[in-house]
Amino acid sequence: MGRKILLEHIDKPGIDQIESYIKYGGYRSVSKALKEMTPDEVTEEVKKSGLRGRGGAGFATGLKWSFLDKSTDKPRYLLCNADESEPGTFKDRLLMEKIPHLLIEGMITSSYALGCNTSYIYIRGEYMFILRILQKAIAEAYAKGFLGKNILGSGFNLDLYVHPGAGAYICGEETALIESLEGKRGNPRIKPPFPAVSGLWNCPTIVNNVESIAAVVSIVNEGGDEYAKTGIGKSTGTKLISASGNINKPGVYEIEMGVPVEEFIYSDEYCGGIKNGLELKACVPGGSSVPILPKHHLLYESNGNPRLMSYESLSEGGFATGSMLGSGGFIVYDEKQCIVRNTWNFARFYHHESCGQCSPCREGTGWMERVLHNIEYGHGKMEDIDLLWDIQRKIEGNTICPLGDAAAWPVAAAIRHFRHEFEYHVKYRNRVFDEDHVYQPEMKAQLV
Amino acid sequence: MLKVTIDDISIEVPPGTTILQAARMIGQNVPPAMCYYSKLEGSGGKCRTCLVKVTKGSEKDPRPMPKLVASCRTGVMDGMEVRNETSPEVIDARKGVTEFLLINHPLDCPVCDQAGECKLQDLSYEHGLAKSRYEFKRREFEKRDIGDKIQLHMNRCILCYRCTQVADQLTPERVHGVLNRGEVSEISTYIEQAVDNDFSGNMIDVCPVGALTDKTFRFKSRVWFTKPMLAHRECTTCSGKVTLWFQGSEVLRVTTRKDKWNEAEAFICNDCRFEKKKTEDWTIDGPAHIDTHSVIAQNHLPFELPVVQKNLPDAL
Repeated sequence: MGRKILLEHIDKPGIDQIESYIKYGGYRSVSKALKEMTPDEVTEEVKKSGLRGRGGAGFATGLKWSFLDKSTDKPRYLLCNADESEPGTFKDRLLMEKIPHLLIEGMITSSYALGCNTSYIYIRGEYMFILRILQKAIAEAYAKGFLGKNILGSGFNLDLYVHPGAGAYICGEETALIESLEGKRGNPRIKPPFPAVSGLWNCPTIVNNVESIAAVVSIVNEGGDEYAKTGIGKSTGTKLISASGNINKPGVYEIEMGVPVEEFIYSDEYCGGIKNGLELKACVPGGSSVPILPKHHLLYESNGNPRLMSYESLSEGGFATGSMLGSGGFIVYDEKQCIVRNTWNFARFYHHESCGQCSPCREGTGWMERVLHNIEYGHGKMEDIDLLWDIQRKIEGNTICPLGDAAAWPVAAAIRHFRHEFEYHVKYRNRVFDEDHVYQPEMKAQLV
Repeated sequence: MLKVTIDDISIEVPPGTTILQAARMIGQNVPPAMCYYSKLEGSGGKCRTCLVKVTKGSEKDPRPMPKLVASCRTGVMDGMEVRNETSPEVIDARKGVTEFLLINHPLDCPVCDQAGECKLQDLSYEHGLAKSRYEFKRREFEKRDIGDKIQLHMNRCILCYRCTQVADQLTPERVHGVLNRGEVSEISTYIEQAVDNDFSGNMIDVCPVGALTDKTFRFKSRVWFTKPMLAHRECTTCSGKVTLWFQGSEVLRVTTRKDKWNEAEAFICNDCRFEKKKTEDWTIDGPAHIDTHSVIAQNHLPFELPVVQKNLPDAL
């Protein structure tokens, strides 16, 4: 059984109430940080912990904090990115819904470290019910004196607000989030300048994922070095994985970094194997935007070692044979699932969510979606597969924000690893599905 | 001063200059810019046609930049080395962007008033494919009047955002912006209001394509049949320095004076643009310079006549 850091107390009754939360050791990090540590010492602990951003990019949190421009006398802001919209990812929801005080505690400690007196939690519009849970928790924290003026007599002031978005995927991109929070259209900004220099209202700003901020609590409590002992290599600590798809036990699991992928899928402690006794076909290990991997690449690295659930191991081999840990949206496909249909579904999502600001993403996502729709519904041509490859190549890396890459990678990986399925769709246009529109691998087996 | 090298040509530029501006200072191998407009704050970075490859970040940090960067929004660093037209990767990306810009463009150049001075035409001439690979229905919008003198034809729009920036930055009221998201986003006014201010006509001039057209000029003539003349008048609202486009002795339209990069030298007011269409309203300064590459120049004698024989009496 792996160590639980974030979800340790999730099953305790009344943990969403501040009294129970304090009973189980809550808000210790606030008093420890504010009374015993300087802000720089807190940042130093986060650096030592090796914590990497849990939102998807995996950028070192401590390093990001050290970029915050402290030379100006402008106010500084900490924003919590709770705009969890990546298909396949639902970990932050669980954290905020069940243990809202963990996030608030992390926000207080992190704000203290960064010297922010106003902080915001930007939550996606679909999580309106969680907004109310958070607001109630914030009110409790104010009543107990963990928020507001002169917190615990330390002289540190902090106001914490929750702001709902209107349900746009793009507002999870940090600069689009800032624009949206400023009350503007959620278009990503052109970088540089980065938010750490000029972010919210042109003031230095740090944007962190919910899980990263929640992890700061235990880093302060037990010390960065101690936290870094959990995990493997440069992937320290634990990670919440949202497991979904054709598995026996979908849900959110907290794993220690370094659990083998095979164990994660088949062990009863985690996903519990593939549903209905079918074979594993493929898996998207980090949310819809990371490349899909077929079984042999998923379970083994290119040198034959078992692949582990960590930032390094999952990205081993580059995109040719590897993928990314991303935000931890672990989507498993059994042998009956159709990769073309799945790729079309993802492409449809990115087409819908593109902000329309820069041309490759605005035009390219729609184009890919239509070509994939044609292939999926039996109107495709062989040239379309190469056309798709060409379109994704011209989107990737040429856009303002990473949404273009996120739209291009799944298509690229599907063609790279499952080109035969695309060709099958084109060749045998009417024979791919049964009446329930379920993909028929037996038919393919006859042909290969 | 910072030293920057673009396509093996070096130049020293003041700090704060972008790569595109530095290339314009050099004067050759200039990346095309569909959305960047030096007179408008915050413009650029959107169309991605000006992508360049930075092969050396700076003298201090010589690492190359991992992705292609938008030259209009990337500041130069000392010792930076940039590849524009000498990089196959850049040309390839530019071709891709051109194709993306064209897939939903109606290509109705034969009936478009912008034809002949359209930047998208130039771009597709240089970087476009001979044949479109897009086989789906192009997106369509209704034509709409924004103000009594300006028509918006969203089908042709490439969403460069220049016109919304004009509305934002030249005039006090913001009535004009982008609605919807992604592929179906469109330029619109707030609940279909008219854009009603003294400088609204400038959005026609900043539009790189034919999405915003002057209703007093629509379908009057092709631009290459008209002759541009610089002129000025005493105007209380603007500088009064304009270009008049003549057909015979008739003024068909009035626009701003454009510089070498097709940008307005000074924005003009609607009164000068739409109301003053008689020759006697203006003092003519002389013919406007038209680049010899432009189709408009085909109707004119080039300005600098080739000197056949310098010393004619001697030859005789």
